[in-house]
Amino acid sequence: MFEIKDLHVNISEVEKKIINGINLKINPGEVHAIMGPNGSGKSTLSYTLSGKEGYEIEKGDIELDGESILDDEPDERAAKGIFLAFQYPIEIPGVGNLSFIRTALNSQRKFNGKDELNPAEFLKILREKADYLNVDMEMLKRPLNVGFSGGEKKRNEILQMALLEPRFCILDETDSGLDVDAMKQVSKGVNSLRSEDRSFLIITHYQRLLDYIKPDFVHIMAKGKIIKTGGPELALEVEDQGYTHLLN
Amino acid sequence: MSELKLEAKDGIDQETINSVKSLGESYKYGFTTDIDMEYAPKGLSEEIVKLISKKNDEPDWMLNWRLEAYKRWVKMDEPNWPMLNYKGIDYDDQYYYAKPKSLEKKPKSLDEVEPALLETYAKLGIPLKEQEFLAGVISPENNKDTKPKKVAVDAVFDSVSVGTTFKDELEKLGIIFCSISEAIKLYPDLVKKYIGTVVPRSDNYFATLNSAVFSDGSFVYIPEGVKCPMELSTYFRINAENTGQFERTLIIADKKSYVSYLEGCTAPMRDTHQLHAAVVELVALDEASIKYSTVQNWYPGDENGKGGIYNFVTKRADCRGANSKVMWTQIETGSAVTWKYPSCILRGDNSQGEFYSVAIANNYQQADTGTKMIHLGKGTRSRIVSKGISAGKAQNTYRGLVNIHPKAANSRNFTQCDSLLIGNKCGAHTVPYIENKNNSSRTEHEATTSKIDDDQLFYCLQRGINEEDAVALIINGFCKEVLQALPMEFALEAQKLVAISLEGSVG
Ligand SMILES: Nc1ncnc2c1ncn2[C@@H]1O[C@H](COP(=O)(O)OP(=O)(O)O)[C@@H](O)[C@H]1O
Ligand SMILES: [Mg+2]
Repeated sequence: MFEIKDLHVNISEVEKKIINGINLKINPGEVHAIMGPNGSGKSTLSYTLSGKEGYEIEKGDIELDGESILDDEPDERAAKGIFLAFQYPIEIPGVGNLSFIRTALNSQRKFNGKDELNPAEFLKILREKADYLNVDMEMLKRPLNVGFSGGEKKRNEILQMALLEPRFCILDETDSGLDVDAMKQVSKGVNSLRSEDRSFLIITHYQRLLDYIKPDFVHIMAKGKIIKTGGPELALEVEDQGYTHLLN
Repeated sequence: MSELKLEAKDGIDQETINSVKSLGESYKYGFTTDIDMEYAPKGLSEEIVKLISKKNDEPDWMLNWRLEAYKRWVKMDEPNWPMLNYKGIDYDDQYYYAKPKSLEKKPKSLDEVEPALLETYAKLGIPLKEQEFLAGVISPENNKDTKPKKVAVDAVFDSVSVGTTFKDELEKLGIIFCSISEAIKLYPDLVKKYIGTVVPRSDNYFATLNSAVFSDGSFVYIPEGVKCPMELSTYFRINAENTGQFERTLIIADKKSYVSYLEGCTAPMRDTHQLHAAVVELVALDEASIKYSTVQNWYPGDENGKGGIYNFVTKRADCRGANSKVMWTQIETGSAVTWKYPSCILRGDNSQGEFYSVAIANNYQQADTGTKMIHLGKGTRSRIVSKGISAGKAQNTYRGLVNIHPKAANSRNFTQCDSLLIGNKCGAHTVPYIENKNNSSRTEHEATTSKIDDDQLFYCLQRGINEEDAVALIINGFCKEVLQALPMEFALEAQKLVAISLEGSVG
């Protein structure tokens, strides 16, 4: 179980308070969606959960199975099963996509006391998942995200998620910038990963995505707070009437 | 099949990380070998020059050549234009000749070499036995279709060559690969014809010094039309204290021949600075091609800047023949001070010069390095790719000259200089000189300076890669283009070095 308790976050660089007391409980197997206007702090929340430097926790706690993860470095949180699909995946020139993913997977296996996969074993699993997600091998030979189209970058995030098999997946606007076909593919990937012990926090602007990935809960976030929680119908309401009526 | 190949190459990063981890300490070549040495008296004089020549049993012409250089050197001044700051070198307070006593009589075969010496090379991972060298880059699980490669080695210990492997096999093809002291005796005509024709004795302070006192080094001659079937390499090891190393390498690729040559260097950790002043001359005749790679890992000094090698090296290639080609690749991770500009004189029409460089400076290291491309022939091409990485309090300067002469019609140069800074106490400088005197010729220059990017780092961490590994990954990515220019056998070693020499520089 993943729990956010009365979380308050400052961005150190500008000494600006962005998250103003968020409470959220996510049980294994659940899918939660967060919607909200631009600048409401959705990405800030995703970085804070994954432990990025520069996000100062003024108050509150983040717990995984009842234990605080605030003292864990980002790589430790990742190895414990927290995965963030980035809103803007980062390019790393000269680092092969395939070898990056293998390094990541083996680092996590090592952390969890498992044997590292040799290249042949890795390649076998990679091929399977890449086929399923329609990622062609050509993309895996290229440097990580360098020159990838928007859609390719997002699919590559989902591929990494599928390989790393996290327990708690945060998707930050994975749908933005995607056409309908690409969105369907990404959704197919996410749905295939849904399971009893894996949960999702899906940040999105558009109700559209939630037609493909059915959430259990929808939260509306504004000014660093969750202002309303409901079921999938809440997303339809937002789609229909916008946020303004909720903000008042 | 093609995917398997990709995997082998692609797997480097993971291998690097594993190897770096297993190393633990930062300079693993810092041990000393306890061995009985014979020294010439400290200091430099005409007598010392004569003594070195006599020790090598040299003919008179060689001695006179040295003495002329010496006479010139005493009238010269140390250059002060590089962006380097180091304590003056006391040329009278060092040894110019040091030789293991057991090598008094040159061993006929490696069986006769003193065990302590052989152990030194074994510890350094240098194959002195004529064994097939298993390509380091390919991991064992997928090398089934890769043949083990042979690498012939000339090992130079302090002032003298210990031995050269695969000599017989090479001789069958007419290839000469031996120490330069042997070459002076056995192939005087070849040596006389080419020595000092690329780097004249008057060239610069350190080259002139080298011309007077060089004690050994390697000599290579590839006959017309021969493609050398194995990598040739020289491994330089400074062991003795307060001893300068002055080796001299001469490589001649006759018409339509090809050779790939690699040099590696290490030295023990010592508190005092040691001088290394080498000269390398390459001659490429018509349609010949020379690939010269360096993995320079002399002791850099400790984290407070104590000790380390002063590395003042003159390397130059003469692309004398039409359509000849020389490619310099260097991975410079060691030395307290590096002053080095491997250059190409593109004399032959349509000749080509390439320079690929990674220079890393950490702690108090200083590097002033780059290249000179002198376009004299028509249709000549040059390409420069320089990657400078600075960390700690280090200073890293790229200094390059591209000179296109009036007669070098339709010539081209492309230069790319990228600098990466780690932390905010280090510096990167780019000093390109470009002179184009021919209207039909073009030069292109691109330069970037960047910091190691927090977002890149976080992306790696978020995937479960720890900080140290993430930095190694990003840096190796930054250098990829240059690392790929190295022979496969050495790419892995170079990757490890890149990571090790930056250990502890982030965070
Ligand atoms: N590094 C930063 N420095 C300064 N302000 C920031 C930084 N990151 C985010 N912000 C500000 O924090 C607020 C929330 O941003 P963000 O979390 O990206 O919102 P969302 O993802 O909901 O659009 C915005 O007002 C944004 O300008
Ligand atoms: Mg956002």
